[in-house]
Amino acid sequence: MSNSPVEKIDVQAVNKKENRSLYVSRKKIHPKRAEGTFRRLKWIIMGITLAIYYVSPWIRWDRGPLAPDQAILIDLEHNRFYFFFIELWPQEVYYITGILILAALGLFMVTSLFGRAWCGYSCPQTVWTDLFIVVERAIEGDRNARLKLDKAPMSFSKLMKRVSKHTSWLIIGLLTGGAWIFYFADAPTLIQEVLTGEARSVAYSTIGVLTATTYVFGGLMREQVCTYMCPWPRIQGAMVDEHSLTVTYHTARGEPRGPHKKNDTWDGRGHCIDCNQCVAVCPMGIDIRDGAQLECISCALCIDACDAVMEKVGLPKGLISYDTHIGRVSKEPITKLDVPFIRPRTIAYAVLLTLVGSIMLYALLTRSALDVNVIRDRNPLFVQLSDGTIRNGYTVKILNKVHDVRRFQVTIDGLENAKAWNQSEGPQFEHIVVPVPGDTLSAIKLFIAAPRSELESGSMDITIIVKDLVSGLTEKQSTTFKGPK
Amino acid sequence: MSKVERDEHSGTETTGHEWDGIKELDTPMPRWWLWSFYACIVWSIGYWIVMPAWPLVSDYTRGMLGYSSRALVTEELATVAAGRAEVTKALQETELADVKNNQELYQFAVSGGRSHYAVNCSQCHGSGAQGGPGFPNLNDDDWLWGGKVDEIYATIQYGIRSDHDETRTGEMPAFLKDEILEKGQVNDVTEYVLSLSQEGRDAEAVARGKEVFMNECASCHGENAKGGREFGAPNLTDAIWFYGGDKETVQKTIANGRQNVMPAWADRLDDTVIRQIALYVHSLGGGE
Repeated sequence: MSNSPVEKIDVQAVNKKENRSLYVSRKKIHPKRAEGTFRRLKWIIMGITLAIYYVSPWIRWDRGPLAPDQAILIDLEHNRFYFFFIELWPQEVYYITGILILAALGLFMVTSLFGRAWCGYSCPQTVWTDLFIVVERAIEGDRNARLKLDKAPMSFSKLMKRVSKHTSWLIIGLLTGGAWIFYFADAPTLIQEVLTGEARSVAYSTIGVLTATTYVFGGLMREQVCTYMCPWPRIQGAMVDEHSLTVTYHTARGEPRGPHKKNDTWDGRGHCIDCNQCVAVCPMGIDIRDGAQLECISCALCIDACDAVMEKVGLPKGLISYDTHIGRVSKEPITKLDVPFIRPRTIAYAVLLTLVGSIMLYALLTRSALDVNVIRDRNPLFVQLSDGTIRNGYTVKILNKVHDVRRFQVTIDGLENAKAWNQSEGPQFEHIVVPVPGDTLSAIKLFIAAPRSELESGSMDITIIVKDLVSGLTEKQSTTFKGPK
Repeated sequence: MSKVERDEHSGTETTGHEWDGIKELDTPMPRWWLWSFYACIVWSIGYWIVMPAWPLVSDYTRGMLGYSSRALVTEELATVAAGRAEVTKALQETELADVKNNQELYQFAVSGGRSHYAVNCSQCHGSGAQGGPGFPNLNDDDWLWGGKVDEIYATIQYGIRSDHDETRTGEMPAFLKDEILEKGQVNDVTEYVLSLSQEGRDAEAVARGKEVFMNECASCHGENAKGGREFGAPNLTDAIWFYGGDKETVQKTIANGRQNVMPAWADRLDDTVIRQIALYVHSLGGGE
């Protein structure tokens, strides 16, 4: 075999079907470094995603003197969420729900088109594991060197390598956990507090927990997280079908496989030379030639490895490539142009995405700077006054989303001769005027009284109108006025 | 159990238990589980030493740390009281009628009053202060002893017919039971009282009843029957009835009298608390 142009690597997929049992201890994987198109793509995406994560909290956004100047801020203390020009109140968490639904639908859509593209390229677990492997490779060398180091007896140089590797990992973990907290407080202030030891203990404990999880997940557990902890591999089977582009070994072209010497004929044999390069580069430790399997994260490093080998032995690339299940079993692999991207499944996802997205956009564009909620008193339902008048009590919650104080006029519609008054203003008025401080929710106790003769039935529908005296912005809330039957 | 049975597939010993042909394997506990268990035992021993743990006959082991949740609560309550000292003082020094001019103080008083009301007053007056027969509705604008916040404050402090020296007392005699009036006169005066707020009563009985009323009842309820707050005598002409406005109930009230009691709270509750409750009751919508 020494004259073979491509050396066969002695490696076996850790989870080959034949070897699978319900529980086995982890077998350590030392992925070999791949070079090629997809590896480059992964470097680029890693750079972009890490940059977004580390830089985002430092973007400034001027909102005036009374609001924080951080573009993306989850202000737990004051119950506000800021995202550039959007400012959300706790009453508006349905936007978050909407974003989660959009994210889920987007994930379904991408999966039905390209398999687990999310997992292979942009999942934080993948990105940080990749980063950790880069560090590992820089310190301990590539696959063979690492295997040798594992077997070698403990020595000073081995100890030094191990210590510097774990220290580097811990530093990355620390920076990861450290960056997270800046989303929750003013970043420039917080970093000073953290460095001088003045930050609140929750900041330090968050950093601690996230350092630990990053180190353990990215450094120690790696593919175990994807295989055993993540629910997504179990669900994705329902998202992909025979038309989805997944990382695929073309069985019809590759089999029967076997070692190949230079100048041998390719007649009567497949193009796979059984060099195991695809297995050696796989960060999940699988053999793609076994077909689609839940561990595969579609990172396509095996495509890079196999393409390099095909080039060496003078065969066309693409023995392993992004292809559909139909392409996998057909003699002639289908080209990218044949892939039916538009099919009922993707149309359904696209329609749902558009629908939810439009609803979100509509809600956001029509979002009012005033929100009114009326809650009727239920205990007692109504009160009879000494002159026979019936009085109902209400709590009117006025949400002033503007940063300045505003004065609101509260009037009643649908009840003749009604009088209104609030807790501290004894006399009865036709309407009341309430000031609400900026960026505040005010709960106002409102009493409405009407002569018995105005009640047509035991329960009447009325409308409470809240109007901003300056801008004229008006919110109406319907409620009921109850009296004796 | 001398014979050890082994499972033929896994080679593991069985426990000897069998259900429907399925045998239980005697697989040892996972090591991490065992070590966690031992660690818990060690931890618990340490815990017994430093924390209160074992009950004794009339006491308990107090632990080296001297932890006591009761002491912590006392401490926390003291902290809360200290934190409120300023606003409590302000409430003490402000005229009750003026409190509403200070919104912050007013909110403190009313929300505090609400929770103190729920603990001390809701048993009789109801959780919504809607009252019931014999227990006044505190939401409406009909007040036996006055609906100004000072008057409400005094009522809560001293109670009605309570054992407090300054209690408010008014007496509704039992006109029939004590043989002040004849049965027929009771019926007549009932008709008269009802005629003040209801139409279509027996005109002859009303006329006779009015005479009786002027002699016997007007001294407290007033000649126009609008009540008198110095005796806590209800207004008989309005739409609100203390015990009920049907003929039978009114007749019963006149025949047997009414002597309901409201306890005095001055010695039971802190003065600040009573002030808070008075302001809360006043805020229910009927306060004068």
